[in-house]
Amino acid sequence: MYITLRGVPETEDAGPEADGAAVVDRPGRVATPRARLRRGAVPRTVLALGVVSLLTDVSSESVSAVLPLYITAIMGMGPLAYGFIDAIYQGTSAAVRLLGGWWADRTRRPKWVAFAGYLVSAVSKFGLLAFTGFGSLTGVIAVDRLGKGLRTGPRDALIVTASEPHRLGRNFGVHRALDTAGALIGPLIAFAVLAAIPLGLGGYHAVFVISTAFAIIGVVALALIVPDLRSERRAEPSPGPRIALRRADFLRPGLRRVLVAAAVLGVATIGDGFIYLALADGGSLATQYFPLLFVGTNAVYLLLAVPLGRLSDRVGRGTVFLVGHLLLLAAYLLIGAHLVGTPGAILDLVLLGAFYAATDGVLSALTARVVAEQHRASGIAAAQTVVALARFVCSIGFGLLWQLTARSDAVTAMAVVLGVAVVVAGWALRPLLGRTAVPASGGAE
Amino acid sequence: MNRIKIIVLTGVTVLCLVVAGGYFLYARGLDRAMAAPSVTGSAAPSLDLAAVLRGPHIVFRSTLLGTGYDQLAAVPLDAPGGPRAFSPLSCERVYATRTAGVCVSADRGVVQTYALLGLDATMTKITNTPLAGLPSRARMSPDGTLVSTTTFVTGHSYAQASFSTSTIVRRDGRSLGNLETFTTTLPDGQQLVAADRNYWGVTFAPDDDTFYATAASNGTTWLVRGSLAKRTMQALRTDAECPSLSPDGKHVAYKKRLGNRTPGVWRLAVLDLATGQETLLDETRSADDQMEWLDDSHVLYGMPRGGSQATTSDVWVAPIDGSRPPRVLIPGADSPAVVRM
Repeated sequence: MYITLRGVPETEDAGPEADGAAVVDRPGRVATPRARLRRGAVPRTVLALGVVSLLTDVSSESVSAVLPLYITAIMGMGPLAYGFIDAIYQGTSAAVRLLGGWWADRTRRPKWVAFAGYLVSAVSKFGLLAFTGFGSLTGVIAVDRLGKGLRTGPRDALIVTASEPHRLGRNFGVHRALDTAGALIGPLIAFAVLAAIPLGLGGYHAVFVISTAFAIIGVVALALIVPDLRSERRAEPSPGPRIALRRADFLRPGLRRVLVAAAVLGVATIGDGFIYLALADGGSLATQYFPLLFVGTNAVYLLLAVPLGRLSDRVGRGTVFLVGHLLLLAAYLLIGAHLVGTPGAILDLVLLGAFYAATDGVLSALTARVVAEQHRASGIAAAQTVVALARFVCSIGFGLLWQLTARSDAVTAMAVVLGVAVVVAGWALRPLLGRTAVPASGGAE
Repeated sequence: MNRIKIIVLTGVTVLCLVVAGGYFLYARGLDRAMAAPSVTGSAAPSLDLAAVLRGPHIVFRSTLLGTGYDQLAAVPLDAPGGPRAFSPLSCERVYATRTAGVCVSADRGVVQTYALLGLDATMTKITNTPLAGLPSRARMSPDGTLVSTTTFVTGHSYAQASFSTSTIVRRDGRSLGNLETFTTTLPDGQQLVAADRNYWGVTFAPDDDTFYATAASNGTTWLVRGSLAKRTMQALRTDAECPSLSPDGKHVAYKKRLGNRTPGVWRLAVLDLATGQETLLDETRSADDQMEWLDDSHVLYGMPRGGSQATTSDVWVAPIDGSRPPRVLIPGADSPAVVRM
């Protein structure tokens, strides 16, 4: 524990940032910041948000695990119909993410914007029970993803507000670990239910009902146990149009650097699906274990999220973010060099899971340090949107390469691209690589 | 957290879990009841499978709730609506010829896996090949030596990439590769190299070389005719999916969008290969199936019942000249394969 104290940036005023950490853990006992520093406890807000995310992920992942089957086997739709729904699934969330961030910053009530997002998704689950047609199903899925897009930025902003700056990476790690646990449990519940109720629609409806129940518990838990943390500054008590994003104010050099790095690295990040296909294609594992690849990656992510978050607090988030991409690079090279077989496949999954653990929460932590407090949710949402868009661009480009060349060659080529991207991103992030390099709010005070 | 909040949260949690658990038990109870033989009701005594397979027959996947749901079944060609014979195999998709059959089976464990089961003439499993992805179509050549399967490869919850199909042709159980590795020439003479190209729905000619299939890229679909030996495909026309070649080789039946961009909406049509004349079938509902030929002038297709019976489908028959409206040929059936002997 003491060792993490080395990570305290001396120049930083932890006061307002540690706001949430001062929330009482047990009634009647307010821990002083110093006592808390020593204990290093995870703030209750972060744990509560983690539990809410776990419940919500159980809800959404149990449905998305059976959705392909439901759409194709039960509703009898073809591949194109499924592809269309899948595109909706992926696209909607990215589109409203910025809106959620902006709304949270504008109202200064990130908890309630996040609440709106969770509520929208929970309500959409009822739609799964009520409708069966293709159009309505598409609508239900779009609404669910709308909720997800809305809540992500404000939720991460809440985590930042609740965290002491020098534990931000660890706290994001805790949140992502709980979140991923939900993503692992959900499909297990869904397939267990389908196995218990194999006939007709009953099993699917039972999955939808269970999913709805978890979504409701998650929303209620958010409303009741997550403190309504707000930013300290009340420069503009009545949020007016003036608080709307001003580019120059929002896009400070620090944020610009993070966005550039995220974009450059995102463009070199191929989807997991391709990596799994390459592994399956290389004959390194029997095809029936294909679904297990997803589980394996998430399990590694779950295990490493906290340790790597801690590491990012000690050695700097920018550094861990870059090293995470080097792990991905290693995963590419392994495939490109045909060093597969079962041990190779397992090593690849470990690298992929470690990549997510080193980059997903860490990016939010990194971004939080370079945006002014009043733009926190927008800044985090912007970084995530950039990553999503860049990866989309990469998927298209890599798909072409994938078709035109031998698959292992395509992956090797992407390793080269990623290597260049890491160098460029490292150059862009160079002022942010040290652990104490960045002042809390980019000097907004 | 104060006491009231804890009580409310606990109450909501318990209530939600009780409702969800209760619904699960209720649904499982219904499931058990449906599975019980006594409720099958209408089910006349089933036939002997070996006897049915000796004469002309139709092999299909039974979708009547109760005993035999999901199982491979067969009826005599001259009494398709009557009692059926069951095989113990559970299948998502079946196909059969006089000498062999295939069954795409799902193992509904915690991790769902699929396999292509090769069947002999008695519909008994002789081979088992794992399949990657969610199965969609399965077809055989008339003599049973060629088998094609279409699966969605990245159609899984955790996958972030958009969907992709994998259509593989096997000759005597040996893979000839994914159709994506073949060369496709479009009507304008260009080669189809787009990254998002996909292939599905193969049908074979009796020569065991020629096949028809669907190629797709960027929202456009083509009917293609290919050669397995040359590993090439030539696009014949647009807007035609899941082709099926008639026994006399003169017609190809397929589904088409007719300009309707809404995914999941198709109309059924038949193309006269000699004249290029396309005739729409007298089926006004949207149908998503790879059709099967009952004879040289009638096609079969599966059509799910609506609403709460959505997991049960019927096999319908329609004349290709549109002279009579479609009617149900085999109730509670899907994925038909006609074996004429």
